[in-house]
Amino acid sequence: MLDAFCRWLQATQLSLIISTHFWIIPALQTVHILAIASVISSVFMIDLRLIGLVRGEQSADQFAARLLPFVWWPLPILAVTGALLISAEPARSLENPSFGIKMALLLGAITITLLYQRRAARLSRVARAGLGILSILLWTGIVLAGRWIAYTQP
Amino acid sequence: MFGILQFLQNTGFATAIREGDTLFPWIECVHVLAISFVVGSIAAVDLRLLGLASRDRRFSRLNAEIVPLTWAAFAVALASGFLLFSAKAVQYSANLSFELKMGLLLLAGLNMTIFQLLTFRGVSAWDIGPSTPPSAKLAGALSLTLWIAIVACGRTIGFTMTDLG
Repeated sequence: MLDAFCRWLQATQLSLIISTHFWIIPALQTVHILAIASVISSVFMIDLRLIGLVRGEQSADQFAARLLPFVWWPLPILAVTGALLISAEPARSLENPSFGIKMALLLGAITITLLYQRRAARLSRVARAGLGILSILLWTGIVLAGRWIAYTQP
Repeated sequence: MFGILQFLQNTGFATAIREGDTLFPWIECVHVLAISFVVGSIAAVDLRLLGLASRDRRFSRLNAEIVPLTWAAFAVALASGFLLFSAKAVQYSANLSFELKMGLLLLAGLNMTIFQLLTFRGVSAWDIGPSTPPSAKLAGALSLTLWIAIVACGRTIGFTMTDLG
């Protein structure tokens, strides 16, 4: 069924346009990476505060509240550019184990981020540090799995 | 110059990266991760300079909180980038996107140096409050534009590499 979907998507006009204009894929990837830059830098700075490795004038919760929009608003941009990249060569990613891992990690990362957005203020110091470490590992894993899509075969 | 590039490319580590199955992608992963942090964190400072974000925060405090982390990530990006470069030094040097990327990096460094030496000297006059002087806005806008172009050039390298044999 996934095979059939990939074949259908690849036959669409959209897929044809993206894959036959040499500059569209690098341009989409550039926007994708810039959105990732916003997410990664914001998440890492929040996490370093939660873990207690970096201090600042604001509390970790105030700091997180200020930076979380820079984690959430790039996500729709990532979804759209990601979907367009997939449509150019559907089987390359949809049937690729790295892509599956990336999506699973993303689900975990979004859950963790929501959790500390809602609960961080009420958690113990150790629990916050644990969340921070888990968050760094998950978001790092997403970037690594994303890069590996280019190197693993479906 | 060609001799140096050839020498670099023939070193043991460069050969290992080029010929190994997984070394290049792993180093690339580290490079992408480090650059993501560099670009995102610099953008935070740039947006403050432009008066578009963190307007209620003292510039010097924001700068002091973020920039040391940016430098740490930049060191990682530089080291991993050098390792990737070494694997195909001759080819990269002949690649237009790579050359552009290095040129833009130099411009970003120059922009930052000028900002540090001139505009930042007078920071006490605009440290608090959302309005920043034109020179600060210019530095922020230039930095943002340059780093976006650096990412674009970096991403294009992989699509424009030609085999020189």
